[in-house]
Amino acid sequence: MFKYVLKRIALMFFVLFVILTMCFVLVKLLPVIDANQFGKDMNLIKQRREALGYNKPILVQYGIFLKRSLLGGDWGISEALYRGQDVWSVFVSKIPATLMVNIYSMIFSVPLGLLLGIYAALKKNKWQDYVISTAIMVCISVPSYVYALLVQYFLCFKLKWFPLQMNSGTDWFTLPMFLSVVPAVLALGFGSISSLARYTRAELSEVLTSDFMLLARTKGLTRAQATVRHALRNSMVPVFPIILGEFVGILSGSLIIEKIFGIPGVGQLYVNSITALDYNFFMLLSAFYTLIGLAAGIVVDISYGFIDPRIRMGER
Amino acid sequence: MKNNMDFENIPKEKFEFYNRDEIIHDKKLDTKPVGYFKDAMIRFCKNRSSVIAAAVLLFLVLFAIFIPILCSNNYTKMPTDTTYLQYRKLLPKWSLFAWAGWDGCSNETLNAADYNARRAIAEETGMNPTVEVFRADYEDPSSTTNTTYYDVRTDSYIKNGMIYLTLTGAEYQAIQDWQNETGIQVIYPAVNTSSYKIESMKNNANLWYECTPKGTPKLDKEGNFVPLYKTSGNDGDYDSLRIEGDDGSYRYAQVTGSSTAMSFKVRVFTYTYFQYRYGFEPSFIFGTNNFGQDIITRLAGAARFSLLLALSVSVINLVIGAIYGAIEGYYGGAVDIVMERISDILSGVPFMVVTTLFQLHLAQKVGVVPALLFAFVTTGWIGMASSTRMQFYRYKNQEYILAARTLGASDARLMFKHIFPNALGTLITSAVLVIPGVIFSESTLTYLGIVNLDSSTMSSIGSMLSSGQSSLTTYPHIILFPAIYISLLEISFNLFGNGLRDAFNPSLRGTED
Repeated sequence: MFKYVLKRIALMFFVLFVILTMCFVLVKLLPVIDANQFGKDMNLIKQRREALGYNKPILVQYGIFLKRSLLGGDWGISEALYRGQDVWSVFVSKIPATLMVNIYSMIFSVPLGLLLGIYAALKKNKWQDYVISTAIMVCISVPSYVYALLVQYFLCFKLKWFPLQMNSGTDWFTLPMFLSVVPAVLALGFGSISSLARYTRAELSEVLTSDFMLLARTKGLTRAQATVRHALRNSMVPVFPIILGEFVGILSGSLIIEKIFGIPGVGQLYVNSITALDYNFFMLLSAFYTLIGLAAGIVVDISYGFIDPRIRMGER
Repeated sequence: MKNNMDFENIPKEKFEFYNRDEIIHDKKLDTKPVGYFKDAMIRFCKNRSSVIAAAVLLFLVLFAIFIPILCSNNYTKMPTDTTYLQYRKLLPKWSLFAWAGWDGCSNETLNAADYNARRAIAEETGMNPTVEVFRADYEDPSSTTNTTYYDVRTDSYIKNGMIYLTLTGAEYQAIQDWQNETGIQVIYPAVNTSSYKIESMKNNANLWYECTPKGTPKLDKEGNFVPLYKTSGNDGDYDSLRIEGDDGSYRYAQVTGSSTAMSFKVRVFTYTYFQYRYGFEPSFIFGTNNFGQDIITRLAGAARFSLLLALSVSVINLVIGAIYGAIEGYYGGAVDIVMERISDILSGVPFMVVTTLFQLHLAQKVGVVPALLFAFVTTGWIGMASSTRMQFYRYKNQEYILAARTLGASDARLMFKHIFPNALGTLITSAVLVIPGVIFSESTLTYLGIVNLDSSTMSSIGSMLSSGQSSLTTYPHIILFPAIYISLLEISFNLFGNGLRDAFNPSLRGTED
């Protein structure tokens, strides 16, 4: 197990390295904005570019990039979006908003999704199950931005319960801030509720029909006891890693929801950096997204082994 | 009776052969044999929701194919013609469903000045923008101004009223000829604007009456408008329909420019001018957007593009994935390990990053659409390859493969003739299920503006939604129809794909009934 984890992590860094190399080469092939147009920040940017070796051959630049950015954590300064500011500190300042919205949406959607899934599985092939399954099907298929627009139109505009956009500022834990985050949380939540509910329903209904459930009932357990102690535990084996994976993935946020609700988060930073051609941001965020994606995959795989000791990862 | 009972001594001549001439064959099967695909078809048809989804899907695809053909008089087609900019944010109007509120009208509250301005349009043109008055002339206690308010239902197609156009002599004459022919008034008399103090009032074509300096109408004692029509000056010998109450002295154009290149500044009514330009009354089933472009044709065009893109992505993925997965699965060993690592690395690249890089690099060289297609294909085939690989591992060691190999079949023949057909069902299903994902990603990318496909003739569902978001609160119809379309498309594609998956999965056989 330990060996497997080490192997996976080593592979992850290798993949990250390859992808970053590709990104680096491709970004370096793009034309650089002429430094003379930056006005008073011209000298600063010129110096920084000199330090990053912009005038040297690409291999030397790559060496500098590896040493300074990947190992030293210095990702350069922003040229277009936040003129002259350090890319890393801008990025760190964007994380709390994304994190908050996504954690709230997890808190909101995980219990609901599990409950709905369990209820549907227990009532399988009754009308409750049909209603829930249909709703799940619809909710999974409809794109998240359609919910976002629906929530924005009905809850924010027609009923005026919440503001149309998220409040700016850094007072993360006040009531007005919470209220302004709710629409985004709802819009994000629908999708994850339905996907969790679908998984839970499928797994639980499969477990409920298995032989050991019959045994549990015959040895005298009530239906509730048998379901909670035997069926639920087993059905959580594939579901729980998915939740864990989503917890890792929430860092990366949702680009489109952040745009619709004006959340000053990482996703917006990424989209803006693309439109403004701010390559330093682009490199940092690409590395970030890649790392998050790979890490989520590993967490999911490893957690299988922890949750269910019968599964031995990496064995043949 | 007694003779008949005597079974033991039946005379020999009473026996005869049952069927002397014909050779008895095995009976032919009454029913036709059911093959793999036919069986899948039968089981698919049993699944009611998938059949409904297939029907909805068919409708949506037909919509995308035929709407741009049927509505070919799409008035945004001419790249140089920007007349459509005058017809912004018109509400959905469909004469078939006018009774259900699909009539291009909306309810609003106007103050007295605006209400009177609408009345002026009605009085001049005979077409009333105010369809219905729910509550007239009431005071709003919460308001500090001493004006009164009207709750009305407004026809968005008429409320824009007049615009000023500057025409050449030929165009001016053409409109006059058309007026004579059809009897529909397009050009309305020019206005003597010298009494208006503010520049914006002079340029406002809807003012043709005496106003206070603020632009509110000054009514006479009977509550009528006092016209300020121009009665002197050159109007290029206007010789066509005249409005009611014109004794022949009204002038219909302001003439500027030299005598060789004269231009005529005329007041035209947007509604009838549309009729003149495009030959039909303005009526947009889904309304128009922020720029005055027809939503239904743009939506259909966008859907056409999305579907085509998704289809080609899924076909290309299928081909690449099948070949890659076949080679991986068939040869196994070192080949498999190396190829798996390659696809591992590729699958680690976030899709957003790939698309962005392709857009930055390729969009200028090969165009936006091929760059998008490349981006989808770069990482998209991996799933297809891994499912093909699985199937190959399942089948490649079976006896019939060994038999075929013993008979001397080549590797390629074994792969594509003997093993691949077994994987076809699952592959088709995953190819279908790729389509909604591609449509979703494409609309997300265009929504975010990372990929920009918008032009006067083409659009994408994502950019339609994002451009409509700014007017979500005032003109929700701009977003409504694209959102409905893409939701329906995604739902029906997913249901259809799931039905297909269940139908192609032989292990589910017989479990339904």
